[in-house]
Amino acid sequence: MEAVDKYVEYTSVSSIAGPLVIVEGVKGVAYGEIVEIITPSGEKRTGQVLEVREDIAVVQVFEGTTGLSTDRTRVRFTGETAKIGVSLEMLGRIFDGTGRPIDGGPEIIPEKKMDINGYPLNPVSRRTPDDFIQTGISAIDGPNTLVRGQKLPIFSGSGLPHNQLAVQIARQAKVRGEGERFAVVFAAMGITSEEANFFMEEFKKTGALEKAVVFINLADDPAIERILTPRIALTTAEYLAYEKDMHVLVILTDMTNYCEALREIAAARNEVPGRRGYPGYMYTDLATIYERAGRVKGKKGTITQIPILTMPHDDITHPIPDLTGYITEGQIVLSRELHRKGIYPPIDILPSLSRLASKGQGKGKTREDHPKVMSQIYAAYAEGRSLRDLVAVVGEEALTERDRAYLRFADEFERRFVSQGKDEDRSIEETLDLAWELLTILPREELKRIPEELIEKYLPKK
Amino acid sequence: MVVGKIVKIAGPVVVADGMKGSQMYEVVRVGEEKLTGEIIQLRGDRAVIQVYEETTGIRPGEPVEGTGAPLSVELGPGLLKSIYDGIQRPLTAIETVTGSIFIPRGVSVPALPRDVKWDFVPTVKEGDYVEGGDVIGTVEETKSIVHKVLLPVGIKGKIKEIKSGKFTVEDTVAVVETEDGEEKEIKMMQKWPVRKPRPYREKLPPTIPLITGERIIDTFFSLAKGGTAAIPGPFGSGKTVTQQQLAKWSDADVVIYIGCGERGNEMTEVIEEFPHLEDRRTGNKLIDRTILIANTSNMPVAAREASIYTGVTIAEYFRDMGYGVLLTADSTSRWAEAMREIAGRLEEMPGEEGYPAYLASRLAQFYERAGRVKCVGSEEKEGFVCIVGAVSPPGGDFSEPVTSNTLRIVKVFWALDANLARRRHFPAINWLQSYSLYIDDVTPWWQENTGPDWRELRDEAMRLLQKEAELQEIVQLVGPDALPDRERVILEVARMLREDFLQQDAFDEVDTYCPPMKQYMMLKIIMTFYRKALEVVEKGVDPGKIAKVPVKRDIARMKFIPEDKFLKEVAPELLERIEKELEALVENP
Ligand SMILES: Nc1ncnc2c1ncn2[C@@H]1O[C@H](COP(=O)(O)OP(=O)(O)OP(=O)(O)O)[C@@H](O)[C@H]1O
Ligand SMILES: [Mg+2]
Repeated sequence: MEAVDKYVEYTSVSSIAGPLVIVEGVKGVAYGEIVEIITPSGEKRTGQVLEVREDIAVVQVFEGTTGLSTDRTRVRFTGETAKIGVSLEMLGRIFDGTGRPIDGGPEIIPEKKMDINGYPLNPVSRRTPDDFIQTGISAIDGPNTLVRGQKLPIFSGSGLPHNQLAVQIARQAKVRGEGERFAVVFAAMGITSEEANFFMEEFKKTGALEKAVVFINLADDPAIERILTPRIALTTAEYLAYEKDMHVLVILTDMTNYCEALREIAAARNEVPGRRGYPGYMYTDLATIYERAGRVKGKKGTITQIPILTMPHDDITHPIPDLTGYITEGQIVLSRELHRKGIYPPIDILPSLSRLASKGQGKGKTREDHPKVMSQIYAAYAEGRSLRDLVAVVGEEALTERDRAYLRFADEFERRFVSQGKDEDRSIEETLDLAWELLTILPREELKRIPEELIEKYLPKK
Repeated sequence: MVVGKIVKIAGPVVVADGMKGSQMYEVVRVGEEKLTGEIIQLRGDRAVIQVYEETTGIRPGEPVEGTGAPLSVELGPGLLKSIYDGIQRPLTAIETVTGSIFIPRGVSVPALPRDVKWDFVPTVKEGDYVEGGDVIGTVEETKSIVHKVLLPVGIKGKIKEIKSGKFTVEDTVAVVETEDGEEKEIKMMQKWPVRKPRPYREKLPPTIPLITGERIIDTFFSLAKGGTAAIPGPFGSGKTVTQQQLAKWSDADVVIYIGCGERGNEMTEVIEEFPHLEDRRTGNKLIDRTILIANTSNMPVAAREASIYTGVTIAEYFRDMGYGVLLTADSTSRWAEAMREIAGRLEEMPGEEGYPAYLASRLAQFYERAGRVKCVGSEEKEGFVCIVGAVSPPGGDFSEPVTSNTLRIVKVFWALDANLARRRHFPAINWLQSYSLYIDDVTPWWQENTGPDWRELRDEAMRLLQKEAELQEIVQLVGPDALPDRERVILEVARMLREDFLQQDAFDEVDTYCPPMKQYMMLKIIMTFYRKALEVVEKGVDPGKIAKVPVKRDIARMKFIPEDKFLKEVAPELLERIEKELEALVENP
C-alpha cells in the first residue's frame, strides 16, 4: 500500500518520556510504521509508531531519546514498516543491533527487503523436527537430545559459563552423515564488549565467522534497539533457511536484556504491568521471536534456536525464564552448584528437558537403546540426588546397600558423564556407552526401565 | 450497513467513530484491507473493536464496515479432519490458496468447503412434522462419523420437500413449511454465534466415566462423561502430553483439540500423527473423529480469545447430534491472557494481576457449556461435551487468578507437579493434591465392568500412598531402619504403586493405553501383594526379604504386556506366585 503522506515532516513533538516521543497534529500516520527522527544536532534516529489517534502518534525511538528536545526535533513518517535488506553477502559480516555494518566493510547491497516482524508460520506448513543434531556434549545429546528446527534455550545465571557452552555447541553441532549448508546467526543484546570479543575471537579462531552473520547490541548501546535485534536476526535466518536452503543455528543472547527493554517501554507508556513489572503481553511478544524456529514443508533449510538467558537470582520462576519455558521446546539448565564443584558444562539434567528428544532418538536416528537407557539414567540420578539430602541428615551408615549404590551413581554421573572438556567432542555412541558403563554401578534388578534384551546386549559384563 | 471511521489504533484494538446502529459482538471489516474484527464495546457512536489480524499499516480515517452479524461459526459436513484458526479459517485451504508457508493478512476462505458434494440421505419424508434439532438426513462425513443434518433451532413445521443425493453445503436439501405458512429452505450448513451456548432440553447427571486409558486418571481421579477437568502445571510438566493422550484414546465420539496460544510444532505433531494412528474404537484413523483449532502463540491475540468459543460451539453442535464430545483446551491461561491484553488496551480498570474483573465469570460460562444433555428436538437424543482445560500458572504457582478461579468451577483437578516431572515420574500428576468429585458417581460403572471390589482396592491404594507421604517425613529425620516392619512394608508397596501402577509412559507402544480391566487387575495384584506381605511380616519375616522376591520384578513389567495376554496368562500366574513366594519366606525365614 502506498503511503499517503510519504515523508511528511513534523516538528510538533509535544512530549518526550523515556524512549517515547509524542507527535501532535499528524495526519495519515499508519500503526507500526517506521519513523525517522532528526535530533537538534542533526543526527538521524529510527523509531516506530506504537499507537496512533486521528492527530497524535506515539513513537518509540530505538536509539533512545537522549538529546531530543520538544521544540527542535524533526519527525518524518516513512509510510513503511520495519524492513531489513538481506543478501548472502551478510555471511561473515558484523552488524550493530539495528543491522548497520560495524566491521569497517562496505554496506550490504540487498537482494531483497524483508519485513522484520515476519508473519506467523502456518501450523499446517510445519514439519515436526526430527533430525538429530550431535552437539558432542553428553549431557545434551544423551538425555536432552536437540533436533534440527527446535528452540532450546540455555537457562543460566550470572557468572556461569553459558557463553563457552554456546560457542562449543556452535562449533561442534552437526547432523551426522551430511555435509549440508550450515550457518550461524548470532544476535547479542546488551552484552558487554568483553563478552562480544570472546564470541568474535572464538568465531574467528575456528573459522566459524565466515559462515556467521553477527548482530551486536552492546550493554552501552541504546536499550530500545534491543527490540529490533532478535527480529532482524531471525529475518536474516529465515532468508538463509527458506530461500537459500541453509540450516541455520540462531544464538540469541541475552534474552534477559531484551525483556528489560520491553519492560522499559511498557513503563514509559504507563501500561498496567503484569508480574514483576513486565508487560502482560510479554508471553505473546516472546512467542513472536521463539516461534520463528522450525522446519517447514517444501524447504530444505531449517532454523534451530538456542536463546540464552540469565535467570535473575538463579530463580527459574522469574517471569523471563518462566515465560520462555512455556514457549520453547525444553530448556538446558545450568547449575551453580555443579559449577562450584568444578564441573563443566554444569548442566543439571533434572530440570533440563528437550521436548523433542524422543523425535531424534532411537533406531535410525541414534541407537536403539537411546530412549530407554536415558530414561533409566534420569530415574537413577534423581534417586541418587534425593538420597544426598537424606544422607546429610541421617548419615551414610543408615542407608541400605541399594541406596549407597545410587549415591555413588549420582557422583560418578556428574564426574564422568556431565563433565567434559571445553574442546571435547563426544560421539553419540561414546555418550551412550558411557551411560551403560555408569549403570553397572547399580544392582541389575534396579534397571526396571530397560527391556531385558537391551540390557543383555549393551550392559557391560562386570 | 453501518460504515464508520477509524480514530485510534493500538495493537489489536481499534476505535472507530460513526458506528451508531452497530451491535455488541458484531463482526466488522476494518480498514482498506478489510481485516476481520469484532465490536467489544459501544459508547454512543464510538465502537471499540478487537481485530483478528495484525493491524500494522492501518491508519486513522480508514473505514470500518459493519456486517450486521455476530461472530459465528459454520456448522455442517466438512468440519471433521479440519484444522482451523481461532475464528474458523481453514488453515489447510489458506496454505493452498496463498501458496505460502506463512499466514498473510486479509485472506478470506470459507470454513466449510463449498465445492465438495456430500451424499445426503434423508431420514424424514414429506409431511413429517419436525422441529429445531431434529435430524432430517445424514451424510457419511468420515469413516467414523455419520454427520446428522439437524434442522436449525427455532424452525418448526412440516416437511414440504426433501431431497436425496449429492449436494454441497449451500444447496437446499429440504423445504419446511412453518406454522405461519412460511417456506424455509434448509441447507446442510447452518451458522451459530460462538458466544451464545446452543440450547438443550435438560442436563443429565454424569454417571459414566470417560475412559481415557491413563491409570491415574481412570482409577484414581476419574472424569465423567459430560464433566469438566482442569490440568494445571508449570512448563514441561505434561499438560500437552496428557491432553494429547486423552485426544487419542478417550472413548468420546468426536474430539475437538484447541491449541490456544501454544506451540506450532505441537499442532503439527497432531496433524502428522492422527491420520496414521488407529482409533481403538472404530479401527479407523483418529483424524476421522478429530477437529483441530490452532491459534498458536504467535498468531493474532484477539483470534486466540475467540478460539475457545469457536471450539466449544462446534463441540455443542456434535453433541446435538447425539454424540459424545471431548474438548481439550491448551491452554486456558493463554486465553485469559488474551482477554487481559485486550482489556489492557481498553484502559479498563484491572482486577487481580491485571486480569479483567470478568475473568471468573468468563471461565465459569465456558465450563458451563460442558454437560451430558438431552438434546433439543422431538426425538430422544443424548449427547455430552466434556471439557478439559490446561492451565499454565506463572511460576507454577496455583494461587494465581486463572488457576484458582478455574478450580472453583471444575469437578476434577489433575495437579501436575514439577518435582515429579523432574524425576521423570510421568504422568506427573500429584496423587495427594489431585481430586475428582465424580468418584461416587462412577463407582457403580466400575464395579459392574471390572470387579465388585474396585472401590475398596482404589481407596486402600490411595490410603497407602497418603500414609507413605507421612512415613517419608519420618524417614527424612531418622532413616528407614527405625520404622516398624509393617510400615516398611507400606513404604515398599507404595513404591510399587508409584512405579508399577501410576507411572505410565505415553510413548510406550503398549502402555500408552491401559484398558479398564487391565487397570483393575494390575491394582488387584499389587494390593494382593500388600496383604500377603503384611501377613507374612506378622509371622516374623524380614521386610528386607520381601523387597527381594522375584515376583516383584515381574509385577514391575505388567504394564508392558498387552491386555489379552495379561488377563489370560500373566495375571493368574502372578497372583499364584505372590502367594507361593511370600509364603516360602515364612518357611525359610
Ligand atoms: N505421560 C507422559 N509420558 C511420558 N513423558 C511425558 C508424559 N508427560 C510428559 N512427558 C514428558 O514431559 C515433557 C513435557 O510435557 P508437556 O509438553 O506436555 O508439558 P506442558 O505441561 O504442556 O508444558 P508447557 O506448559 O510448556 O506447554 C514431554 O516432552 C515429555 O518428554
Ligand atoms: Mg504444553
